[in-house]
Parts: sequence; structure tokens; C-alpha cells
Amino acid sequence: MSSSVERFDEKARRKFSRHGQTVVHRGELLRHPVYTRVLHWCVALSFILSLLSGFAIYSPWLYRWLAPLFGGGPMTRFLHPWFGLFFDIFFLFQFLNWFAPMHWTGADKRWVREAKAYVTNREALAPEDTGFFNGGQKLYFWTIAVSALFFLITGVLLWFDDVVARWIVAVSYVLHDLAALAMLAGFIMHIYEGTAAQPGTFQAMTNGTVTKEWAWTHHPAWYAEVTGRNPREDFEQARHSQAERHRSMEAWEREHKPTNDPHGDKRPDAGMP
Amino acid sequence: MDERTMQIQEISAHPGPVAGQGTQRAVEVCKYIDVTTCIGCKACEVACVEWNDHPFRETTFDNTYQTMPSTEWNYWNLIKFVEHERDGNLMWLMRKDQCMHCEDPGCLRACPADGAIIKYENGIVDFQQDNCIGCGYCISGCPFDIPKFNPKTKKVFKCTLCSDRVGQGLEPACIKACPTGCLHFGTKDDMVQIARTRATQLQKESGFANAGVYDPQSVGGTHVIYVLHDITKPELYGGLPSNPVIPPSYTVWKWLAKPTGLAMAALGIFAVFFHRLTVGPKVPQPESEPVLTHHPDEVEAARKEKP
Repeated sequence: MSSSVERFDEKARRKFSRHGQTVVHRGELLRHPVYTRVLHWCVALSFILSLLSGFAIYSPWLYRWLAPLFGGGPMTRFLHPWFGLFFDIFFLFQFLNWFAPMHWTGADKRWVREAKAYVTNREALAPEDTGFFNGGQKLYFWTIAVSALFFLITGVLLWFDDVVARWIVAVSYVLHDLAALAMLAGFIMHIYEGTAAQPGTFQAMTNGTVTKEWAWTHHPAWYAEVTGRNPREDFEQARHSQAERHRSMEAWEREHKPTNDPHGDKRPDAGMP
Repeated sequence: MDERTMQIQEISAHPGPVAGQGTQRAVEVCKYIDVTTCIGCKACEVACVEWNDHPFRETTFDNTYQTMPSTEWNYWNLIKFVEHERDGNLMWLMRKDQCMHCEDPGCLRACPADGAIIKYENGIVDFQQDNCIGCGYCISGCPFDIPKFNPKTKKVFKCTLCSDRVGQGLEPACIKACPTGCLHFGTKDDMVQIARTRATQLQKESGFANAGVYDPQSVGGTHVIYVLHDITKPELYGGLPSNPVIPPSYTVWKWLAKPTGLAMAALGIFAVFFHRLTVGPKVPQPESEPVLTHHPDEVEAARKEKP
């Protein structure tokens, strides 16, 4: 089964790459091919639409805010299952696409144990054994995979709730909400990590590329795998050359100090009133 | 408008006291159905269809006298016919099935649409189809299987207890049509009292030792009550639940866990902002330093010049 999935995936990736392209600039690495990016944004769009329309029905406090976005209550009710269905279909492809790299390993177990250091930014660099995806990303992926399955089953029951037994609807309703809340928690973190928390990450899903610095900082093992180089050594070297550059710049500045500077040599007194 | 405000207080040139002055009537209304005196004539079914402008239709024959298996979105009043054996004799149980107008309505609790289900002070539970979004949660919230979905308009309908008639001081259509007087309409207090008297009469004079009033307290009582020959087995009467309950998902989950979930989502967003403010971003290493065009102390000095 897995080999046929890989074959399908490979074919899809090739087909999409023919229509779109990923330009890898100097100092960058290819992270997500066109196929993955298109899938990701299809999943994201259908998820956000499902989330907003679902929240309208979820809580009376949000109903009047969110239902108008979709053309009122009845339209929200009509569209929500379709948004959800599209989400599940897109995510199925995403699931097949990422099934292999999302495989849970010992490195991820260690990552979860060290999650506190990750959250508090104690270490500037991620652990040496962090691969293409880290433990947190994998957890998020599997949360979505499980939730999506719950969504599909309970969602279909709720879709046709006028014919489904009463207690089944009542239970489905709770499970559907729980899956949504679990996913929302991950979603908030996902948005944050992908934008404000980690500069340079967002371009991985737009241009499809990341800088080498980004790669050895966040995913050293992946960096080692695709470049065949040692991420730690490359980092040290980059740091060293940066310091070198900095020093030479300072030396240059000292040498070429402008003489017509009004503060010139008596700079220490310049600020006195 | 509240009819009580239209009660006459003073009358000009009127000898003697004002009739009815100072009287207080309870606001809660109730339909009382004496199952023991129902003859199964279905006049109430016809009256309901006529008053609510529902279409007349073919009946479904299933070897009983029942019009159709259950109530439908455009057929709100259905007499359930059950052939029951009691002491070796046939006994025909005929119960008029319709919305029970619960004091604590499961449909209303389950509904997510603002203003789609309302309950009046008089106890009538009414659907407002303009606000209904057709999700069907009310159907699963109802312990009596009453709300029915209209697939064409995607709205849910049920008996209104003729709120349009009651609002004008009239009795519901079914009550008006009943030829045997097994249907009564009045205040809840009065109806419960009449029903209790009838139940006692059945116990003492007609040999129905288990006769009683069906007014289930698990939903806070209902605004449609029955007198049954055997109150211990309401299920006999076409599936009347002895202990009707609203699913906890519409009580505990909806009113306690849901707001908690929302609060947690808000907290999550807050936590993310707080993380950005305190811990800050994780920047690819080594961080590229900003190119300085001036020495920091020069910048400082320039600033001090212009206080």
C-alpha cells in the first residue's frame, strides 16, 4: 500500500511541478514543492472556512458575528458540511503526501521531553537530531489526522441528523466539538510558529524555499540530509565569518572616520548642554 | 399584548361592583387529554390540518386505524392506536400525539440559531421558521420525537399549541373539534386539578388502580398532560417515555463546556501574544547584525541635542 501511495505522490508532485515552479536562490534550500504548497493552502482555506462557519453554529455568542459572513444562518448551515468535506478530501491527500516524513521516531520523543527548552528559546539551535519535521509539527499533524477522522464520521451523522438516531446525534455533537477544539489549539500555535515566532518560516509555504541558516537552526538533521554537510560546523563557520566581517567593517570605519564631522574628535563633549 | 392589562377596572354609571375585578388567573396554559374517553374519531387531526392550512393527504394503512406511522412536518396531531390486552380482553389505547410543550424544552436547549425557538410565558414552545437554519439539532433534543424536518424548505415544524389562537383568547383547534370532551384547555393549575380528579375517579370507580396523570417532571412538567389508565406503563401508549430526558450534550455540554472551550481558545491566542512579547521570536542563527552607519554613542549624542 505504502509503495502505491509513494508512486501516486511522486506522480502528483511531478505533475504539479510542471505547472508551477520553485525558484531556489543562492543560499537557499527547497523545502516544499509546488504540490505540497497547493495542498497546504487548499487545506488551510477549507479549514478556515469550516472553522468560521462551524463557530457560528458552535456558540450563541458567535452566531450573530459569524453567520453573516456566509450569508446568514441557513446558508451557514448549508455550507459548513461542504467546507468540512472539502477539508477532509484535501487533508487526505496531504496525509498521503506527508505520511512518511511524519513518522514518529525516537528523536521526536526526545523533542517532546525538551519541549520546554523549545518554548522558552533556551537553545538558539534545535537539537541535532531534528529532521524534516520536529516533534511538535508531527504532534500537530497527527492531532489533525485523528480530528479529521472524527470530523468526517460525526459530521456525516450530523449532516443527516433528521434521520439518524437521537442519541447518536447527541454524542456526535460533543465529539465534533472536541475535535474542533483540539484542532483549534494546534491551529493557533501553528499560525504563530509559522509567522511571528519564527521569521523566515512563512516563505517555506509561499516560495517553497528556506535559507540555509533557517535550515540548520530549526531542522539540523534535515539540513545534513539534503546538503551532506555538518549543520553545526556550517553554523560555526557562518558565525566565524560574520564576526570576521564585522571586525573588518569596524576597522574600515575607524580608518575612514570623516574629518568634517561636527562632533569630530571632541565627541565626548558634544552632548553637553 | 398581555390580556390582563385589558381587564375592566371601572365602569361608568354602573350599579354595583365591577364583575371580575381583582381576579387573578394563572398565566400558564395547558392542554389536558383524557386518554380514557378518546373514541379515536380523529376530529382533532382534521381540525389541526384545517386550521394550520396543511394539505389533506392519503393515509398510510398499516393494519390499524392510525392515519400514519408518526407525525410529520405538516401533520402535527396524530392519534396513536394501540391494541392492548388487559385481563384477556381487548383494550384499545388511543392517544393523541403532539408537541408536549415542555417546561424545559429539549428542542430549545439544542437549538444553535438565535431566535429560532421561543417559549412564551404561558408555556407554549413555538418555532420561528424565519430564524431556523435547518440544522435539525432540535429533533435530537426532543424526548418525544416531535419536531419534523421539511426537506424542501430546510426548516423544522411542529405543533404550536395554536399559539395564534391562544393569543387571541381562543382555545386550540383540536380542543374545539373534540366531540367527547376528552380534550380540555385552560390554566395549568386547573387542568392538573381536573386531571387528578379524573384519575382518582378511574382508580375508585372504574377499576384502573394504576390510573394517573402524565406530567413528567424530568422535563419540568409539560403543558400538555394526559390521564392514562396505567401511569406506570406510558410506553404502551404508542411510545410515550416514562422518563423523558434531554441529552446531557445539550445541557451540560452546551452551557458549561462550550463557554469553557471558547475561553480556552481566547486564552490560547492571548498566550501566543504573551509569548511573542516575553520570549520573542526564534531567529535563524547566526543573526545578521544591523549595519550601523553611526556609532551608537553618536546616535545618543544627536538625540540629546534635541530634547
